[in-house]
Amino acid sequence: MQPLPSKLLEDAVNEMSSLPGIGKKTALRLVLHLLKRDTAAIDQFSGAFVKLKRDIRNCNICHNLCDEETCTICSDRNRDRSLLCVVEDVRDVMALENTGQYRGIYHVLGGIISPLEGTGPSDLNIESLLLRVQTGEPKEVIMALSATMEGDTTNFYLFRKLKDFNIKLSTLARGVSVGDELEYADEVTLGRSILNRTPFENNLNR
Amino acid sequence: MELKSLSLVNFRSHRDAAYNFTEDVAVFTGPNGAGKTNVLDAIHYLSFCKGFLNPTDSQNIHLGEPFFLIEGKFKLNEKNEQISCGLKRGQTKIFKRNSKEYAKLSEHIGLFPLVLIAPTDIVLISGGSEERRKFTDTVISQFDRNYLEHLIRYNKIVQQRNAFLRQGQNDRSMLEVLNMQLCRYAPEIYEARKSFLNRIAPLFSKYYQILSSHNEEVSLVYDSGLNEYPMEDLLERSVERDRVMQYTTEGIHKDDLEIRVNGFPLRRYASQGQQKSILIALKLAQFDVMAELKGIKPLLLLDDIFEKLDQDRITALMTLVSQQHFGQIFITDSHPERVTDILGSIDCPYDRFSIELLQQTSQD
Repeated sequence: MQPLPSKLLEDAVNEMSSLPGIGKKTALRLVLHLLKRDTAAIDQFSGAFVKLKRDIRNCNICHNLCDEETCTICSDRNRDRSLLCVVEDVRDVMALENTGQYRGIYHVLGGIISPLEGTGPSDLNIESLLLRVQTGEPKEVIMALSATMEGDTTNFYLFRKLKDFNIKLSTLARGVSVGDELEYADEVTLGRSILNRTPFENNLNR
Repeated sequence: MELKSLSLVNFRSHRDAAYNFTEDVAVFTGPNGAGKTNVLDAIHYLSFCKGFLNPTDSQNIHLGEPFFLIEGKFKLNEKNEQISCGLKRGQTKIFKRNSKEYAKLSEHIGLFPLVLIAPTDIVLISGGSEERRKFTDTVISQFDRNYLEHLIRYNKIVQQRNAFLRQGQNDRSMLEVLNMQLCRYAPEIYEARKSFLNRIAPLFSKYYQILSSHNEEVSLVYDSGLNEYPMEDLLERSVERDRVMQYTTEGIHKDDLEIRVNGFPLRRYASQGQQKSILIALKLAQFDVMAELKGIKPLLLLDDIFEKLDQDRITALMTLVSQQHFGQIFITDSHPERVTDILGSIDCPYDRFSIELLQQTSQD
């Protein structure tokens, strides 16, 4: 790209393009767009990030992102506290919340075990998960991690740590997507589905 | 399976060439750089959707031309089949069977099986154990789909475990989790390799005996830690060593195919001629295994394999492969008369193609 006519402009473009998925050209377009806004709008824009970084908290129970000490899910009295769902990060909480099917509470690990990427068990919120389970409140821990090798490793690790507690340990079902035709389902998933088939009664009241 | 004809346009050194095959043996002779091997490379394309000489497709287009096209007419299970592979510069390769384009190239690979013996394959004998593991894995994955899947997962966990060992943490339960995952895949891979070895080893010994006129005995032994201990025990026993070495020292990723000549490990003293004969015996054994499992006789491509072999072994080899047992064979040799003289002496009919140097620049 051509050298930019202003050092200030160049700094702004460099900052913008430091974001994932944003190249130099897109960065320039966004920066020029911001430049057209009035000063108050820009203050509001940049202030939002400063405030976000300064004031955001992790829930002191489940480590989800929130504004208060405790997140809205953990402080909701109507939630079923005997069900504890372990997820990788905040996006997974949102995905599960969007289903509208889950009334339990969460525990956000903050990542997934992958020694190759330098993430070991001690980098994740596993100690606090064990403390929560020790209280005896959760009766079932659901491991809702990605169906990848790293997800498997993390599941095995949690299983080892949790198997001696008097709780039920479960994991998300792997199966045929709703609305999918069998001939187009991938073989591994279909193979799992037939091995871990479910009683038909389970489908009656859904 | 038979290849009836082959036509090449702008493929490597060939601007425009066509060959009709009427006999089971086709011999290509000519000076260095004329393009004998390039004909075999084109046949390899029709079988594996890629060449064995240059992994970059676009570099196989004749210098300065806009495209290449390879077409072959086959007879498979009494049916005529036409396979074509074309590439325009800057576009993706177009692969067709009976004028219908494949959506995925992987659908084609394996339908028209082929066994190639090329000079570079000698690393299979002289190189490290990973070359022989790759050979084993490639052959097994062609008829066992789960095998490759399990192998990929196993290797991924080995990488994770090695990274974990390098970090030098003393987290016992993390190590056990990784061990548990290795133990989930290792036994299946081991069993698949063992049964493949049991199949190929006697064939290998038989073919080597024929090539060496029964002077030497060779054997193929599957060398794996799992021969003695289950994976769990192997990992348990090597835990201290793994910590010091900072990688996983035991497991099926350390397996080897050990080749023994008269009972002794080959690697240290075998002559180049012996190595070559061993390579050929191993590939012919692979041919038999594939023919049996797929029910189709693969094409057999022998690229310049006579160097370093004495006259007796060449004659033994040609007598062997010209039998009905092997299907159609394609041979290249820079010596104009050597192969044809031998074929003549054993009364084997053949097609002979003499390939001349192009006047213009060649890119062999």
